[in-house]
Amino acid sequence: MVAICFYFQVHQPYRLRNYSIFDIGERHDYFDDIKNREIMKKVAEKCYLPANKLMLELIKSFKGKFKISYSITGTAMEQFEKYAPEVLESFKALADTGCVEFLSETYYHSLSYLYSKEEFKEQVKKHKDLMKKHFNQTPKIFRNTELIFNNEIAKFVEDLGYNAILAEGADHILEWRSPNFLYTPKTCNKIKLLLKNYKLSDDIAFRFSNKEWKSWPLTVDKYVDWVNRNNGNGEVINLFMDYETFGEHQWEDTGIFDFLRHLPGKVLEHGDNSFVTPSEAIKKFEPKSELDIHSVISWADVERDLSAWLGNKMQESALQELYKIEKVVKATKDKYIIESWKRLTTSDHFYYMCTKYFNDGDVHKYFNPYDSPYESLIAFMNTLNDIVFRTKEYNSKSNVSAEAQSVQI
Amino acid sequence: MKILMFGWEFPPFNQGGLGTACHGLTKGLVNQGHAVTFVLPKAKDVDANTHVNLVVADNVSFDKSTIKVKEVDSLLHAYMDSTTYSEKFETYSNYSHNKKPSADDIYGKDLFHEVSRFSQKAGVIAAFEDFEVIHAHDWMTYGAGIRAKQVSGKPLVVHVHATEFDRTGGNGVNQAVYDIERKGMHLADSIIAVSNYTKEMVVKHYGIPPDKVSVVHNSVAFNDDSFAQNNDFKIKKHDKIVLFLGRITLQKGPDYFLQVAKMISENDDNVKFIVAGSGDMEGGMINKAAELGISDKVLFAGFLRGKEIDKAFSMADVYVMPSVSEPFGITPLEAIRNGTPCVISKQSGVSEVLRNCFKVDFWDTKKMADMVMGILKYDSLNHTMKENAIGEIKTFSWDKSAQNCAEVYQNTINQFGVNN
Repeated sequence: MVAICFYFQVHQPYRLRNYSIFDIGERHDYFDDIKNREIMKKVAEKCYLPANKLMLELIKSFKGKFKISYSITGTAMEQFEKYAPEVLESFKALADTGCVEFLSETYYHSLSYLYSKEEFKEQVKKHKDLMKKHFNQTPKIFRNTELIFNNEIAKFVEDLGYNAILAEGADHILEWRSPNFLYTPKTCNKIKLLLKNYKLSDDIAFRFSNKEWKSWPLTVDKYVDWVNRNNGNGEVINLFMDYETFGEHQWEDTGIFDFLRHLPGKVLEHGDNSFVTPSEAIKKFEPKSELDIHSVISWADVERDLSAWLGNKMQESALQELYKIEKVVKATKDKYIIESWKRLTTSDHFYYMCTKYFNDGDVHKYFNPYDSPYESLIAFMNTLNDIVFRTKEYNSKSNVSAEAQSVQI
Repeated sequence: MKILMFGWEFPPFNQGGLGTACHGLTKGLVNQGHAVTFVLPKAKDVDANTHVNLVVADNVSFDKSTIKVKEVDSLLHAYMDSTTYSEKFETYSNYSHNKKPSADDIYGKDLFHEVSRFSQKAGVIAAFEDFEVIHAHDWMTYGAGIRAKQVSGKPLVVHVHATEFDRTGGNGVNQAVYDIERKGMHLADSIIAVSNYTKEMVVKHYGIPPDKVSVVHNSVAFNDDSFAQNNDFKIKKHDKIVLFLGRITLQKGPDYFLQVAKMISENDDNVKFIVAGSGDMEGGMINKAAELGISDKVLFAGFLRGKEIDKAFSMADVYVMPSVSEPFGITPLEAIRNGTPCVISKQSGVSEVLRNCFKVDFWDTKKMADMVMGILKYDSLNHTMKENAIGEIKTFSWDKSAQNCAEVYQNTINQFGVNN
């Protein structure tokens, strides 16, 4: 028997406008409200609304046998409220079915774990509260931004009280092992590890409409046949992907919605198959062994590492400068300054600065609102410098610590 | 393949990118086993530059047995328009007053007569040379190319490095030049444009069907030693340097550079702006800098050559190419070779092939200033862009351009055989 565990990532960042160097100290509106609204409305129409409608239909028609899970970032939730409240309502309707689990992550979809444990904890707490408020669920499963993971992160998250954590089933950590079982991260006592089956996940998320792919077109029959082949040598198949796969990355005319519509019925034709949420998966199955993952892994790019956000000097320096001012920013106690700073922690800003594949012009470019990684660095650093400017204004008014005052960019 | 090529200039004595491009392209063709006869107009005793230019063209460093440089007596040199030609002709007439035969006998009275004289001579050369295809670079040589075609019965490829619309920014297009360009393009069997940007100009303004025009991007040939080491320049002790380098003409957008200089100067006192080059707007630009109150920030360096150019590039922290219309534009690649990041106009051919730089509309001076400031202010940006740009241009080569060019020759020859 094999259980399918669907988890969809839902995220929209607050994109920065082209904040000019000549704006520093003059104006403090950093975010491109027009573009953010436009993108949210477009993605809502192409993906969130039709996909949620379909999910709700499927859940209802299979009467509790079709289950899914989501992780929705705080920045996406806020922008639903502002620009597309009907999307938030449709997620609430899904939550009400009892067949949908919501996971924990950092509110701002940040890399904060790598730079500030304190900020990381604040963001996880804030996100948890948000899930409780809107969906009346207290998440027990954690997924870090872009599935960034190693032993140490697992331990930290375990200490925060979570039962399981999600990670990429990268070949170099699994070696001969299968991603279709639960594992326990080394150094942890009870937290369980769910690993993404990247082959079956990426067949849908990346390859579905690729006409060069030998398995194109991907039919439900073909796909479920691949799933069923795991019968007897796997317990849970973790299909983790961006929710925007449905209708946004794979457009409606590729047949992605029809594929999704017919998938659950076909899976359930095999009597031993089922759908589970992550919490059900860890109740139902036991970890098969321990996994020792020292180096940091993620689900990004072919490298499955941090190089999408930390691959060049611009990214390294932008991240360092950002976290360097954390204390002075928080010392202002000004909620607008602090909120702006937190929105800058969103990992997308650093992803835009990636030059790894810039010469080939690839997937990074598709998601990049800027013409080049260099332009995104300018917008980010100019914004950050204005925040520094504002903290100095605060500090010159009130007496804060000497350490705080000495920070400069 | 044997190619008869007509050009205006050839390094080391060239005034702009055309000579460099002809040099690179012919070298690439020779590397691939083709033989090129390169015909230059020759001007005698007119002006030191022109004179030396053409004499030294004989001494090109690569194998003379495969590239032959021929000279034709003429007053022509690159970037000349009818006004400057008349001035030169006057100078020559006065200078050679006592000589015989008189200037009127040796040279035509106006530029267009000159072009036609170059064509006559080209006809003579075409009659004696052995070749399979004719290749003519820009409008002054189109007549020569057409004449060579008539004499030899071989197909003609014209190469558009710039059009009259680029040179004038679309204002005051010289009808006679336009007519020659148009005639050359229509009588040619194929057209090569240096960029998609230029191809669009050719199609839009000269009534040429798009499938007659192939794009062969220019390139650069850099070996590892040609990448400059960091030098210490005294001026940089206190100031950062932003460079404009090119002819000071409407086409190159020097006035936009000054607007950028003004904006940056108001924000940062430690930046100097160097304008290197000469041209009809030079006086106007000096006055404009004074009007803007930035005379102390803007340094006019005059016309630079060879090593001076490399020095200017390596001294600069940012190179700006704000051209209004730039069919290709090789200078950003020279800047990168010297380790200098670039901000370039989107209205340029080079922006089609270069990724690791800032690209901006020439009129968007605020954005241009922002990009320049970004490079000056953020070391990580400067560093990353520089590293990636150097890595990128190391992959460029004239061999690829030459190969594309040879394909155009072959297709043209095949098609020509079918039609005749």
